[in-house]
Amino acid sequence: MISVADKPQTFYELMRAQGTSRRSFLKFCSLTAAALGLEPVYADKIAHAMETKPRLPVLWLHGLECTCCSESFIRSGNPLSSDVILKMISLDYDDTLMTAAGHDAEAILDEIPNKYPGEYILAVEGNPPLNEDGMYCIIGGKPFVERLKSVAANAKAVIAWGACASWGCVQAAKPNPTQAVPIDKVITDKPIIKVPGCPPIAEVMTGVISYILTFDRLPELDSRGRPAMFYGQRIHDKCYRRPHFDAGEFVQSWDDEGARKGYCLYKMGCKGPTTYNACSTVRWNGGVSFPIQSGHGCIGCSEDNFWDNGPFYSRLANIGAGFGVEATADTVGGTAAAAALAGVAAHAGASAIKHFTRKPGEGDKQ
Amino acid sequence: MNVQTPNGFALDNSGRRMVVDPVTRIEGHMRCEVNLDSNNIIRNAVSTGTMWRGLEIILKGRDPRDAWAFCERICGVCTGTHALTSVRAVENALGIQIPENANTIRNMMQLTLWVHDHLVHFYHLHALDWVDVISALKADPKATSALAQSISPWAKSSPGYFSDVQARLQRFVDSGQLGPFMNGYWGNPAYLLPPEANLMATAHYLEALDFQREIVKIHTVFGGKNPHPNWLVGGMACAINMDATMGAGAPVNVTQLNLVADIISRTIQFIDQVYVPDMKAIASFYKNWDYGQGLAGKNVISYGEFPLHANDYTNLMIPRGAIINGNLNEILPVDLADLDQVQEFVDHSWYKYPDESKGLHPWEGITDPNFELGPNTIGTKTNIQQLDEGAKYSYIKAARWRGHAMEVGPLSRFTLGYAQGNAEFKDPVDKLLTDLGLPFNALFTTLGRTAARALEASWAAHKLQDCFDHLIATIAAGDSSTANTDNWEPTTWPSEVKGVGFAEAPRGALGHWLHIKDAKIESYQAVVPTTWNGSPRDPAGNVGAFEAALLGTPLANPNQPLEILRTLHSFDPCLACSTHVMAPDGGELVRVQVR
Repeated sequence: MISVADKPQTFYELMRAQGTSRRSFLKFCSLTAAALGLEPVYADKIAHAMETKPRLPVLWLHGLECTCCSESFIRSGNPLSSDVILKMISLDYDDTLMTAAGHDAEAILDEIPNKYPGEYILAVEGNPPLNEDGMYCIIGGKPFVERLKSVAANAKAVIAWGACASWGCVQAAKPNPTQAVPIDKVITDKPIIKVPGCPPIAEVMTGVISYILTFDRLPELDSRGRPAMFYGQRIHDKCYRRPHFDAGEFVQSWDDEGARKGYCLYKMGCKGPTTYNACSTVRWNGGVSFPIQSGHGCIGCSEDNFWDNGPFYSRLANIGAGFGVEATADTVGGTAAAAALAGVAAHAGASAIKHFTRKPGEGDKQ
Repeated sequence: MNVQTPNGFALDNSGRRMVVDPVTRIEGHMRCEVNLDSNNIIRNAVSTGTMWRGLEIILKGRDPRDAWAFCERICGVCTGTHALTSVRAVENALGIQIPENANTIRNMMQLTLWVHDHLVHFYHLHALDWVDVISALKADPKATSALAQSISPWAKSSPGYFSDVQARLQRFVDSGQLGPFMNGYWGNPAYLLPPEANLMATAHYLEALDFQREIVKIHTVFGGKNPHPNWLVGGMACAINMDATMGAGAPVNVTQLNLVADIISRTIQFIDQVYVPDMKAIASFYKNWDYGQGLAGKNVISYGEFPLHANDYTNLMIPRGAIINGNLNEILPVDLADLDQVQEFVDHSWYKYPDESKGLHPWEGITDPNFELGPNTIGTKTNIQQLDEGAKYSYIKAARWRGHAMEVGPLSRFTLGYAQGNAEFKDPVDKLLTDLGLPFNALFTTLGRTAARALEASWAAHKLQDCFDHLIATIAAGDSSTANTDNWEPTTWPSEVKGVGFAEAPRGALGHWLHIKDAKIESYQAVVPTTWNGSPRDPAGNVGAFEAALLGTPLANPNQPLEILRTLHSFDPCLACSTHVMAPDGGELVRVQVR
């Protein structure tokens, strides 16, 4: 067994050591800034951060889930997931990828929180079931929920990957036989950044990590704890088929003339008008396509409770078709946001989030 | 205590008990306990699925056209395969015929999954059972280059390339932050590769991690995203527009098909020049490590996959059939609608039946979760130290075919293809065995399972090209249709029907059985590959494939479970798939505890 040395290297030292030239390194920083939608001047900040910071320890736990979030994560093309895992962070625990098993794996969950108290990120894929004393998800002979709480205790912040950890997702759909709950029901004293979707887009996942590494804070979050940069707009708002919606040109039946012309899928049940996500802008798998471009409506997989808001092929209520619909559509979106704001007021971790998400240049005023 | 199982295995739980929990580098949550004799040989094995989500309970009352999306979330690793099985089950129930192009595109989606899943499994979930990453630091890059060039024309093979990879690895190790390699079993005497082979495989671990994301773009073209692309009852939603107005904004057009064509050719190259040669190189150093047979070559089953043409589920590229008691001369017919063939038992599973001595066909199945531990359990309900395999001990049910425990997966499929005398399967197996100087029975081992998966990845990559060519030919002949909407509206459906859909997932045989009543799902049941391979014992005492395969294996270091992981991983376990079931009567299942 290789022992863990005391002094971790910085990201930059590692990249240089692994053969990356300074020129390439700076280009990487510029691309990262661009990918995050930042002004070019931020490339310098990114470079500085990466030259001076050790790799951030990340402990990635899995509860009740299907592993689609991990699969999505490794699809990232910019940055490459191999660069994230081996150069940017230190993925010290992830039962899907790690070599060790059993006691040798569990030992890491004791070691890292003790070695880096308050300095590691807990990433959670899936969620804990509460029924049957938590024993619908058993790890190391114990309920997953116990481990989730103990690893969260010393974390700097928590990332809720995907719809399971953020909202509950499919196992929490009615009647939720295991009483699976989103992680903010059991972790109430830590900042939690929610990255919903089933799964989230790969570059959104690595974008969130890049941002945290670069600026040492969470990105700006919306009222429901999601990064505003990726979840601030509805898919409908930037959909390339939006002109057809506005013109009243709709697919009426699968594989009809409209389907072949790329008309709007609203009448086929598309949930793009009420779904906050970056699919129509970032797109999927290196920008190849996204659900609507491939002819199927959005099923709303980044929205809370989307499984129970179906059926998927029923058109959204309260949105008329044809001209003049934007007001109605916006009303729906506005209503959802207002409901979300009311919910977050009761959030016990709200102040902690605020602390960790302060704007650049602001001092620690709290 | 010594026990002889009806299916021919000796169990002795008197030796030291070793617990592996969690079993890592799999999908989902799994525990394994073994008893070791004084020579550190496994004499008893207990495999446990440790999660339950109740997905099919959630499906009750839903629109059958939505079921694929719920089922797809059974598993994000074999993403799409449950969705495909689900749309086939609904189409079977409702008598829906799909267009030829929809069948071809579905075949391409499923083949893409096979290739991707096998590649990621080999390098990222399984390779570290054979490859000692730390040993790669001692390799001579020139010798590594010579090794690589002797087995493959793959271009990235210069001494400088391997020297660079090694230097990067050295600095990574020196950083003190080992990440996913922390606490690995480096230096364990069960690692048999020379440093140069370890370095070559480590380089390819990284290359495969970067390349795998390209393969799935085929899903993105046709299904809009990966993981979890979109499907459709009645066909596919990806309308084709090759040359008419607004083709550029259509789902499938000439630019998207050009992308697919390019990905297919690069995938064939990567599989044939990296994956398969690596598998052969690794196998050549491990050919005397011939453990892990279990049920392989004895009791195997495949439901068949890849209809050559739409709606003909009897003419399949991958054979359907069963072999029992090692008789490769007779392939038995498999009928998923026969109530006496596929059945599930629960007397060792955390569920209740009225009569647990009997199995139930999935159309008649019931599920009533019942988490209870046997009297010989060590620990407490929420802190289990050691399970009692004499009682209930897993969230996986025991699936049986005509009462037999069966193995499923790539090796089972290749065994059936070989037994048929089909050259597509027989020739690559014979060539591999000849090249390695191994007898036929060497196929039925842990290593054989791993080798069959690589051969199958190559088969699937080449079939992708065949399917693509067929798609182009069909479009060229004037047929661009992708969906049949005749029975889209529930008003066209009978009031009460049942159906079954099947597929071969990367890990093996997969079936979905459902009842539809008044346009809603009345019951839904999935029996998945790991229900077969990971099954606990049945009332007769037969052990399943995982447990059987571990027996007789020596551990080089009795404190490290390296060989246990090696054999379990050879099946590519998928636990989220295997541990969810439903009650057709929708009876009282939920005990809600509010906190």
